[in-house]
Formats: sequence, structure tokens, C-alpha cells
Amino acid sequence: MSTKIEISGETKGERRVLTGNAAAAYGALLARPDVVALYPITPQTEVVELLSQFHANGLLDAEMIQVEGENSAMSSIIAASVAGGRVFTATSSWGLAFMYDAFLMAAGTRTPAVMVNVNRETPGIYSVSCSRQDMMSVRDAGWIQIEVETTQEVLDTVLMAYRLAEDNDILLPVMVSYDGYYLSFMSEDMEIPPQEYADRFLASLKEQPERLKLVPGGPLGFHAHALLEDFMEYRYKHVAAMERTKNKLVEVEKEFEDIFGRNYHGAVEEYRCEDADIVLMTMGSSTGTARVAVDKKREQGIKVGLVKLRLFRPFPKEIVAKVLKGKKAVGVIDRSVCFGWDGGHLYNETKAALYDSGQNVKLVDYITGIASLDITIDHLERAIDEVGQAAKGKPVKDVTWLPLE
Amino acid sequence: MKQIRLHGRGGQGAALASQMLANAFVVEGKHAASFPMFGFERRGAPVISFVRFDDLPVREKTQIYAPDCMLVLDPGLQRLPNLFDGLSPESTLVLNSSKEVTESPSDNLKTTAVVNASAIAIAEVGRNISNTCLMGAFCAATGWLKLDSLHEAFKFYFSGKLLENNKNSATRGYNEVKLIEW
Repeated sequence: MSTKIEISGETKGERRVLTGNAAAAYGALLARPDVVALYPITPQTEVVELLSQFHANGLLDAEMIQVEGENSAMSSIIAASVAGGRVFTATSSWGLAFMYDAFLMAAGTRTPAVMVNVNRETPGIYSVSCSRQDMMSVRDAGWIQIEVETTQEVLDTVLMAYRLAEDNDILLPVMVSYDGYYLSFMSEDMEIPPQEYADRFLASLKEQPERLKLVPGGPLGFHAHALLEDFMEYRYKHVAAMERTKNKLVEVEKEFEDIFGRNYHGAVEEYRCEDADIVLMTMGSSTGTARVAVDKKREQGIKVGLVKLRLFRPFPKEIVAKVLKGKKAVGVIDRSVCFGWDGGHLYNETKAALYDSGQNVKLVDYITGIASLDITIDHLERAIDEVGQAAKGKPVKDVTWLPLE
Repeated sequence: MKQIRLHGRGGQGAALASQMLANAFVVEGKHAASFPMFGFERRGAPVISFVRFDDLPVREKTQIYAPDCMLVLDPGLQRLPNLFDGLSPESTLVLNSSKEVTESPSDNLKTTAVVNASAIAIAEVGRNISNTCLMGAFCAATGWLKLDSLHEAFKFYFSGKLLENNKNSATRGYNEVKLIEW
């Protein structure tokens, strides 16, 4: 899948047809990381191939560590980050599982790492295929998690992720996720922005107080030991930093828009919601398909809108409650299964957010897109029809496995 | 919007062909998107890939069930029972085949474009990778894309001798394809 690509030295962006994986590699390249540690896994492998190619061609001026597995990839970048470096890695599914202890360590040590996770089904039922089961399995690990829709958004969000991770008010690892196959291998026309833009966008990180660094000859303890209230204080501060991410993302996107001319509406995007009675709620690649389904239903006179969730951790519960206020019913499109609850993760999270807000909005969940199952326009139109029925008070199943049921 | 579905086998370049086609449409100023669908990466296993192009940005990220055009890179795939699903009386089929096609492969077809892409690829590229030849035939059969745009898009994927060989393979596909109207 690798393509021969050279980065342009011009001050104008370059229009190219690139895959989601290539977009991730370009995002990392433009961020000028100091240390990149990678291990290949389908459907992420192209990220490794391209960054290795950039390094071999002299475009990527970074220490490139070809590790023997994902656990070492994550451990290497934690160490490099502690030494003050800007770091990058990418993985998926089994790789994420294999780095689990190091992944938790990155959060606990407040390592400002950026990692791309290409969404894939988790181990157990052997299936090299798309779902969000992997990223959802680490939702409580303490990482910031952002899920994206297009290849352009992949590149742009990798850059934004550094502004969040390395911000002195945040200092947390950030995972940028995108759907395997449906986005990792999706080639779309997009823009590779000029290096100068990326440099300008990331420049403010140099002006903040210097991070505590481990340097030779200066003994320091990282990976602090703590018990009781001391430990609790670490957790408390971690959670507070995650909460600050919600506003920070809006600030960062505003600056991004000023430089690059693009914007993703922060944590949550509303599409044709203004006068909508019912809405679909999506994440990731199927959002584009949902836009088409919503437009088709609008042509038939149905007042339906779309809510796209971009920031998954921290969960923007206040915004979700606000955008769903006054809607008669909501159809949630889930690409993962929340074991032990009958439903998907987005459904459960949204339900909790609405409970807090005191609103009684009918939620209908669709588990779909599991193991690369195609989320089709027909599926989403059916969901809109059923949500419309639910809005009229007719009985509709709370959770439907589409197209199984 | 037009929708194109490609059928090949792992290693034959169906996935890369869909990327190159998307690139060629963008060369012409259109918007385009493509992606392949396969499970494990295995040589010889059936691979499907999809291309959409339009004057407006392509938003849907879903497979193609009603293709306006279908490219079949491997003649043996015609035995698959569902291969031709979703074709319409307006659809075009671009087929790699060394045999003469005397009957319409599907009831739902307007045009069948046949070219011995394997033989041309072996002669021009030195390997039985028929994708670039079949894309040349696609340009001639549909008229949706200029051969020059295809050649231009190849530059993102090939260089040197390989670029020339694949351009030649596509040009021969363009010139030697036989169009049959049913």
C-alpha cells in the first residue's frame, strides 16, 4: 500500500490523494518528533512503512526505533518523553493489548505522548477487521481519546494532539483513532499543509515553562510511588487535567483554523440539527455515510440531524446534553460492544450524560459495523425511520444489532 | 457521482489500482475516494476495491453495491456466484480475458470491454500484474477519464523504467480493448 511521496518545500499546501494511514504519517512528520518507535500491525502497517521511508530519505529527522514489539514501542517513547523529547507511535488492536501495562504507565506518569490507534477488532475471535472495540477497551486508562472521520482530519488531529499533550495545563497522552479499512485504507483528496504552518501552530509549546526532564547526572524519580491520599491526589489532578482538555481543544482548534483554515467544531459537531426533531449520533468514518443518509431523509421532509462525537475521552457530557436538548429521539450508531450492558459504548456514555442533564430523550442504540461489516446508507436510513417511530412514542427496541436483527 | 468496483486477487494490484484511479480523477479536478476491502493479507485471495468520483466531495465511506462500472482483473473470478451483483442495464464491465467473449457475462450490462491485460502486462511490465493495462481499457470504455490523467497519476506510484512500462501497458489497454454492446 505504500506510495512514493515526497514532501513539498513550498509555503502552499499540496493537494494529494492519500490514505488515512499516510495522513497519520504526514501528521507525525510535520510535528517534527524527536523519537518515533513503531511496530507494524494490520491495518496500521502503512504508517510504519511511510515513516521509515521518510526517515530513510532524510525527511524525518528523528531517532527511529524499530522495536521488537508494541510493549517496547510504548516503553521507548515514555522514556524518550521523560528525557524531554517529542514522541510518536502507532498501533492497533493486538498491539494495543500487548502494550497495555506500558500504555497505563504513560497515563500514570502524565507522559505527553501522541499515539495513533487504527481501530480493529480485539483478540479472541480471530478477525483482522474494523471495529472500535480496541480503543473502547482502554477508555478508562487515562488517555485523551479523539476519533476522526476523514483523512484530512487524521493529519490535522495528529498535529492538534501535540498541542493538547504537551500543554503545561494538560500533560497527558493523546490517542488519535480512526477506523481500520474504512479510513486507514481510504484514499481521499486532501491537503498536506506546509511545514511552516505546522511549525507556527506548534511554536507556542516552546514558550511555556520547561517540562521536568530526566537528564544524565541529575537524579530524579519518575513513576512515583504513592499511597492513600497521595495517590488519590495524583488521580484527582489527572482527572482535573482531563476536564481542562475540553476547553483547551476549543482554543487549539481556533488557533488551528486561523493558520490552516479548517475546523472540526471541537468536541462535538452538529450537522443539520438546528430544527431537527430526531438525530443520529456517530463517531468516525461512518459519519460521512450518515451525512448522506440524513440529507436523503431531509429531502423526504424528515427533520433529522446528525451529531458527530469527536472527543471521546474526556467525554464532553455537557456539550452532548446541550446539543441533544429538546430532541424527541436519538439513534446512536455504535461500532463496539459494551459487554455487561446490552448496548454499545457511545449509547451508554450518552445515556449517562443525559441523565445528568435531567432530560428524558429517547435513545435507540444500533450495534453495527462490527468486524468490518459495512455501515450502509440503507442501514442508517432504517435507523432514522425507527428513531422517527420512537419519537412518536411507538415501541422500538432499545438496542438493535444491525443487520442481524 | 459515479461508482466503480474492482475485483482482483491479493497481489494483482486491485487495491493500488483503485488508489491510482482516485488520483487520476483528482488530477482532472474532480473529488474522489477509494478503498479496498479484504481480510487477512493473502496472495491469491479475492480482493474488492471501490472508487467514487464526483464534482462534489465524496462523503460516504461505505462499499459499492450498484457499480456504474466494474473492473475484473482476474478472469477466474467470473466463476464467483455474486461477482456481477448490483450491475444495471447502463453498467460497463472491463474484463481481463484471453478468450473471446461471445455471450454477455451478466443480464445487466450495457458494454463489455475485453482486453488480454495479462498478456500485455507480461509483455510490457514483465509480470502478470494487469491493473494498469485494465485502467487504460477503462478510460477507453467509459470515457470518464483521459489516458493522460492516468499517466499523470502513475507518477505518484512509479518512477523510472517501471513508470514507462506501466504507461505503455495502460496505453496498449486503451488502444487494444474491444468494446461489445449488448
